[in-house]
Amino acid sequence: MPTSQFRLFLLFFISLFFLSRCEPNPYREGERLYKTNCANCHMDNGEGLGALIPPLAGADFLEKNREALPCILRYGLQDTILVNGKTYAEAMPGVQALSDIHITNILNYVNQAWGNSHKPYRLEEVQQMLARCRK
Amino acid sequence: MKKLLFFFLTLVGFAACIQTPEKRTLPILGERDISPAGDTVYPTVPDFAFVDQDSQVVTNATFRDQIYVVDFFFIHCPTICPKVKKNGLRIYEKYKNDNRIALLSHSIDTKNDTVAALRRHAQKLGIDSKRWHLVTGSKDAIYGIADNYFSVAVEDPDAPGGFDHSGRLILVDKNRHVRSFCDGTDAKDVDRFMKDIDLLLAEQ
Repeated sequence: MPTSQFRLFLLFFISLFFLSRCEPNPYREGERLYKTNCANCHMDNGEGLGALIPPLAGADFLEKNREALPCILRYGLQDTILVNGKTYAEAMPGVQALSDIHITNILNYVNQAWGNSHKPYRLEEVQQMLARCRK
Repeated sequence: MKKLLFFFLTLVGFAACIQTPEKRTLPILGERDISPAGDTVYPTVPDFAFVDQDSQVVTNATFRDQIYVVDFFFIHCPTICPKVKKNGLRIYEKYKNDNRIALLSHSIDTKNDTVAALRRHAQKLGIDSKRWHLVTGSKDAIYGIADNYFSVAVEDPDAPGGFDHSGRLILVDKNRHVRSFCDGTDAKDVDRFMKDIDLLLAEQ
């Protein structure tokens, strides 16, 4: 028969378990993929690097180019772009190894990270956008 | 017996705390040698001559009476370089008004990273060429000197971007001795490294 102390212990561990279930970040997978594939250049905090690599945090580009982002992630970018009024001319390599789901997860992580709050992507939506740039 | 052991361990714990980190001196890194006369000989950075983003020749004499921070990179590096550069910028910003220290980045892509390309790169990073030299030179010379800075620089068609290299930042003192290094991609390790820089500045 469990003593009251044991019960208290049990309660403690059960609450710990539930606490750990409360994800503060629903885009864990996206975050993991971002760290592996994007953070080397765009940095962990999304601030980019000088005039070489544009920021993602607070970047107007994300909202203005919502339709183009999935293709940019997969196939890269050669064009000169304007982000928050600043010009960026370096090429960005794409990551062809990313699946449609990976791309959706990364975009959704970026869209709500570092104070960003853009509309989330649905997988079907991303697939349609990718179909348009598939070679 | 147990009590005694506990007492002893507490004592050891305290002793470990008493040692203040400020009194620490940085070691001279690398394998030392004994000269025929019996003196200890420490490894030193050999003579070098490279060209920076302003087409100025950079030699050991450029850093006379200065300590300097070294790294290896290339402009079209798709992997670790931007992170190392970011942390390099933190060091640059902290010491940019301090004449006792400078930075030296070697490009390992000697074919593409011309002086003009390095100049553009420096402008985009917003750095002053007197404080932070981005240099190019003969491939053999650059790859060779990487060893002296305990760094790796090799051409590898299988590596992302075509080159493999370590993202280390290396601290060199006025006597051409390597005194500390860190993983330039790890912000926390760079924090520690900057403390080493302060320590070396205080020493010299």
